[in-house]
Amino acid sequence: MSEKIQFRIRRQDTPYSPAYWQTFQVPFREGLNVVSALMMIRQNPLTTDGMKVDPVAWEFNCMEEVCGACTMLINHRPMPACSTLVDTLQQPITLEPLSKFPVIRDLMVDRSRMFADLKRVRAWIEIDGAWDIHQGAPRISPEHWRDNYLYSRCMSCGSCLEACPQYGQMLPFVGAAALAAVRLMNNHPTGKYHRKQRLHAIMVEGGLSDCGNAQNCVQVCPKEIPLTTAIGELGRETTVQMLKDLFGSAD
Amino acid sequence: MRKPRKVIVVGGGLGGLWAALRVAEAGHQVQIFSLFEVKRSHSVCAQGGINACFDSKGERDTIWQHIVDTLKGGAYLANQPPVKSMCEDAPGLIQTFERMGVTFSRTAEGLLDLRLFGGVKHRRTLFAGASTGQQLLYGVDQEIRRQESLGRLQKFEWWEFLSLGLNQQGVCQGIIAMNLRTMEIKAFPSDAVMLASGGMGQVYGHRSTNSTNSTGAAACRVYQQGAWFANTEFFQFHPTAMLGDDKTRLMSEAARGEGGRIWVPRDAQEQRRPNQIPEQDRFYFLEEWYPSYGNTVPRDLASRAIWEVVNKLGLGVAGEAKVYLDLTHLNPGFIEQRLHAILDIYRKFHGTDPVHEPMEIYPSAHYAMGGLWVDFERDDTTGGIKHGSPRNHATNIPGLYACGECDYGYHGANRLGANSLLSASYSGRVAGESVANYLQGLQQGHPDSDDPIYSSEINHQQELNRQLINNQGEENPYQLHRELGELMSSQVGVVRDNQTLSNAIESLRTLQQRSRNIDLQERNSWSNQGLAYARQLQEMIRLGEVIAVSALHRDECRGAHYKPEFELKLPENASAGDPAYETYRNQWKAQNQNWLKTTIAKQTDWGPQIDYQAVDLSVLAPEEPRDYR
Repeated sequence: MSEKIQFRIRRQDTPYSPAYWQTFQVPFREGLNVVSALMMIRQNPLTTDGMKVDPVAWEFNCMEEVCGACTMLINHRPMPACSTLVDTLQQPITLEPLSKFPVIRDLMVDRSRMFADLKRVRAWIEIDGAWDIHQGAPRISPEHWRDNYLYSRCMSCGSCLEACPQYGQMLPFVGAAALAAVRLMNNHPTGKYHRKQRLHAIMVEGGLSDCGNAQNCVQVCPKEIPLTTAIGELGRETTVQMLKDLFGSAD
Repeated sequence: MRKPRKVIVVGGGLGGLWAALRVAEAGHQVQIFSLFEVKRSHSVCAQGGINACFDSKGERDTIWQHIVDTLKGGAYLANQPPVKSMCEDAPGLIQTFERMGVTFSRTAEGLLDLRLFGGVKHRRTLFAGASTGQQLLYGVDQEIRRQESLGRLQKFEWWEFLSLGLNQQGVCQGIIAMNLRTMEIKAFPSDAVMLASGGMGQVYGHRSTNSTNSTGAAACRVYQQGAWFANTEFFQFHPTAMLGDDKTRLMSEAARGEGGRIWVPRDAQEQRRPNQIPEQDRFYFLEEWYPSYGNTVPRDLASRAIWEVVNKLGLGVAGEAKVYLDLTHLNPGFIEQRLHAILDIYRKFHGTDPVHEPMEIYPSAHYAMGGLWVDFERDDTTGGIKHGSPRNHATNIPGLYACGECDYGYHGANRLGANSLLSASYSGRVAGESVANYLQGLQQGHPDSDDPIYSSEINHQQELNRQLINNQGEENPYQLHRELGELMSSQVGVVRDNQTLSNAIESLRTLQQRSRNIDLQERNSWSNQGLAYARQLQEMIRLGEVIAVSALHRDECRGAHYKPEFELKLPENASAGDPAYETYRNQWKAQNQNWLKTTIAKQTDWGPQIDYQAVDLSVLAPEEPRDYR
């Protein structure tokens, strides 16, 4: 088959240099995904104008949609490039770096803020130490497990933040990913002990109340994590916490 | 207490993060170096589960049985005390993960659920859906983030390890690393270094289930500085990987553990869709050949069986190198809940639904049983390892430790499914504790970063970069990597012979020459991915040679290393006590006399030099050959 696929790629040489566009062509094959196409381009970086250029830089690792590295804007929508097959896309296929994070080079961005925000909301369980305590695990109902498991698959890809109108480089909102982490940690049997601190961490500027309820996050999450459900639950919890704070409840 | 020391951990997967956590908890300063954000490490790709004996299914499972299964599954090649301790400590490790917030799947009663895995008869595998590795890594990642917020630990993400800083006595005192954005090369002094750089599946290129960063380059770099490799000829081919031009994606062994069946049409000319082929026209070869274990035989046997059905019997589906992995007879709701993550991968990448149509799979390079040689200290009173001994997980370079897939411990000649998440976590924990004790015994700290032991190494590394950047060669590194993958999978693969291996070694040396004649095609010196890639490629080719040379030297069949010329065949229709079987047993024991030993590869100017070392068999004497029929 001699069918060719066209890619329009937004390029940027360094964080401070201007962006520009280049078009590349790769031969189509059955099951071709965006990362494989980028690999072909990298092996022979020739634009459709016949110009030999530097290979396109992008981030990828697992190639099976579980590491979260290769998320980029594909036809203006945040998607994992590895699991996006080209025959599902309109051509020419436009590739751009996520716009809510600083560009490193070409399609690579700096998502370190996502990890900083996980710190900010204290997304961990405070254990005494990583040693054996010779005690069995607490019982958890299968239903409770299923709810939590949905959230534990967040791979910090940044899609939800990209789609969120309230999230941006100049805006303080932590966004859905960190909020969902709060939801997950607060529902753990001992994670509950620090529920209040986590709720307080999202009851400040840039916290939960900055959510504009656009509901874009849940639509773009590649793992179909019920982000808006988490945000809804946290809304109720923070309200209760606020009342407790006001009236000085023991908890 | 002595003053806190500094430890560098290279790699942020399960092994590295566990080690970092234990060192930080011991009060020392930790720096983690990773090629990318640690949360994206290859550990997330492990799907099916992690083994630990909980015996909560009424099957009378025991820790001893876990030990026996692991040792036998590995064809007795693993040193036994570390395996014993790992299996004993496994349940406690699971509970620690649980405390960290890992969402292990539960039974109706709320207990930790268990599933069946390969090479065992009892349900012993804990899991979190079919994304267990992801969940385990995230659990430790969270704890690491907490340590970071407490100021005990620092991450250096987007840095590539290049070499060790070794002092005049050959003691490891830090690393030289390259910033993957600025491409600056810098020294980071430390009192000890933990290498936890993961697997080397990319040596098999696109014919591997490994992530693109699992190149083995870091391990190969310390090998060139004198660290030993052990048992690298033992490379696991996972029987059930999706076919793919860019990558062969893993379809977890859990698919078979939950009832999936492997088959091909009995007739090579079969034209019907799989669902239209009646039972009697299907060849469930694993069930026929291994009635006792069936579809859950150990991976080396399953991969070889598939290889044979396709290449010897000519029964690959549609005449191609693939067989069916069938889940369509199982309850859709049940498998959706238990295996969602892999079903989802298959649907997304292949376009068909495994609930309704059998998957098409073939064996693919998956896991290195071999790796950097590491020591252990046996505790004669328990038969396990001496906990806390600074010898545990120490390489032969003082001050350099290794844990996780990059070391060679625990799995012998073949790893059992769901033992890798266990060994990665357990070895990380043991190695972290070991390093903490090594530091206690150190009399003096590392030198300053401007010491000549670092500056000379920096110069050397800068020179290597300059050569690649200035080279106006004609070779394309990406093309070379593809060639390496084809070469390794076809000539150093599931089935081996000495002539082919010798040819492969020649070809690898030619590839190595060609890899010095590279054109990076890249003028931009910022975030130059091509430069890092080209350097990793040279290491991968070197590793390929270590694997091939080790394989060439071992004239026998053991676990994943299979040379038909030297095969001892189990006598048909005979079991223990039958004369034919006892004759076989004696031949097998004689073979063990010659070959039950650890391969050690040392770097020389002429390539890898191969030596052997005795295996510690103090727990279970090799009396029973593997027989999964």
